[in-house]
Amino acid sequence: MSLSATVFLQSTNFIDAAYIVAFGLMIYGMTGLTGPRTAVRGNKIAAVGMAIAVVATLLRQHEFSGSGTVWLILLGLVIGTAIGVPAALRVKMTAMPQMVAIFNGVGGGAVALIAWVEFRHGFGGGYPLRIEIFELFGAIVGSVSFWGSNIAFGKLQEILPGRPIKLPGQSLLNFGFLTIAVASAVILCAGSHSQALFILGILVAAAVLGNMVVLPIGGADMPVVISLLNACTGLSAAATGLALGNPVMIVAGMIVGASGTILTNKMAKAMNRTVPAIIAGGFGGAVAAPVGGGTEGGTVRSTSAQDVAIQLSYARLVVIAPGYGMAVAQAQHAVRELERALEAKGVEVKYAIHPVAGRMPGHMNVLLAEADVPYDLLKEMDDINPEFSRTDVTLVIGANDVTNPAANTDPGSPIYGMPILEVDKSSAVVVLKRSMASGFAGIDNPLFYEPKTSLLFGDAKTSVTEITAEVQAL
Amino acid sequence: MNDLVIDIAVLVLAGFVGYTVISKVPNTLHTPLMSGTNAIHGIVVLGGLILMSQSSGFLEKVILVVAVAFGTINVIGGFLVTDRMLGMFKSKDKPPAQDASSEDSGNVA
Repeated sequence: MSLSATVFLQSTNFIDAAYIVAFGLMIYGMTGLTGPRTAVRGNKIAAVGMAIAVVATLLRQHEFSGSGTVWLILLGLVIGTAIGVPAALRVKMTAMPQMVAIFNGVGGGAVALIAWVEFRHGFGGGYPLRIEIFELFGAIVGSVSFWGSNIAFGKLQEILPGRPIKLPGQSLLNFGFLTIAVASAVILCAGSHSQALFILGILVAAAVLGNMVVLPIGGADMPVVISLLNACTGLSAAATGLALGNPVMIVAGMIVGASGTILTNKMAKAMNRTVPAIIAGGFGGAVAAPVGGGTEGGTVRSTSAQDVAIQLSYARLVVIAPGYGMAVAQAQHAVRELERALEAKGVEVKYAIHPVAGRMPGHMNVLLAEADVPYDLLKEMDDINPEFSRTDVTLVIGANDVTNPAANTDPGSPIYGMPILEVDKSSAVVVLKRSMASGFAGIDNPLFYEPKTSLLFGDAKTSVTEITAEVQAL
Repeated sequence: MNDLVIDIAVLVLAGFVGYTVISKVPNTLHTPLMSGTNAIHGIVVLGGLILMSQSSGFLEKVILVVAVAFGTINVIGGFLVTDRMLGMFKSKDKPPAQDASSEDSGNVA
């Protein structure tokens, strides 16, 4: 490359122009992500935008070559790639929520670490106040996001118990740690340059806060929390961008911050929860006792694969309500086979997809798409609910809380008011279940004790395969 | 206008863009969208790259290498995972047609 070309590529104007192209592509790509047809392309376009931003930044770095900087940058990029690529390629579709959580967490961690270096450079004199404020904001939020996401990962991966873990006076303690973090930030902005204060007051207090905020939240609420932490990481990235005066970081971070906030609200609404109620924590923990008592004494009717096959084969309309249990058992392909076997017998089959089926909104659609279930058989809750009254058999596979009629009928239930699939309106219900254990939210389900409900115990995949074989043999 | 004002103006406008883009997303795509936006905030990796040249001392360099690695995991992992998820969504027109034909042949057999 000639010298003048090199100078041009490294000029601020060129790099700024590349930045503008980069965030333009990211926004354009994200617009694509909102429709199923354009989503794949949208994601790729956003990735190209990101690549342009990174390359442009590296061009700018070029003027600093010689001090080993290039090698350190390469080292970081290589380590990140070596960890990120295999993780992303190997993760099972069922484990997607926790994967997103951990990717989000490391993003937050990066923000906090960057803020730490910035602090070492110019705090307490060197930097103007605006940089300090934005960096400290980034440090606190990034650290909360890092630790919170790790806990969310641990809970979804079932390394940690999914049930809420709560200390007495939790809210007060949380508030205390937040106060420590904010007070430390104020002292640091006022001109102190105590590294101990930064590490203990900001990073550690925020870390404890992140742990304590997420630990009391039940597993069922976790998707909303991940989405919220996603928004937080976005905001902290935008704050870092403001501190560094980097437009592409400001735009990309803020877009995620804004869209993440909206998405969080949408998800919470789908579960009939409010975000503050979720953060306050304790789904199930406090209210479990009064709910359990009423129905636990009921008897359940268990059935056999053969009976279920007969029931299904002579139905006109069968609705399949899949839940996370189906995904855990990797039964989606078997379910698809059953659907085909029934269709071959002239039975109409539809899938009822609750907005939070699986562990995230849209998670179930991904899992069924993996098994080649055509899009148009998947019915969203509002479309399928009116159809249950004319449904002959509803097959509930590994779903629990989202079919719990207590949400409509029992004001004392912790999930009262949550929109559910009204499977109890269909003529008959068959529930495939591993055992009588309660759902992810830890709440008993009166549906199982209804006379029209029969239960088929066992691994979902085995059960479905057996039913399919029986249907084909009929 | 000074730089701070411009930067904050950009921030506010970007906020509205994010809001507008997301307000019409179907439930179905919430998970991929969350994962996709998750990848985008991996932009923090730029911060690590920019600061690397200004860093001095072993500790700072270690912190920044970790930060760059974290950011890279966020970006690359995020985009790849989103791509994998979205690749599974089949458009309505083609695959069901293939399914139907394979089902027919199955019935004939």
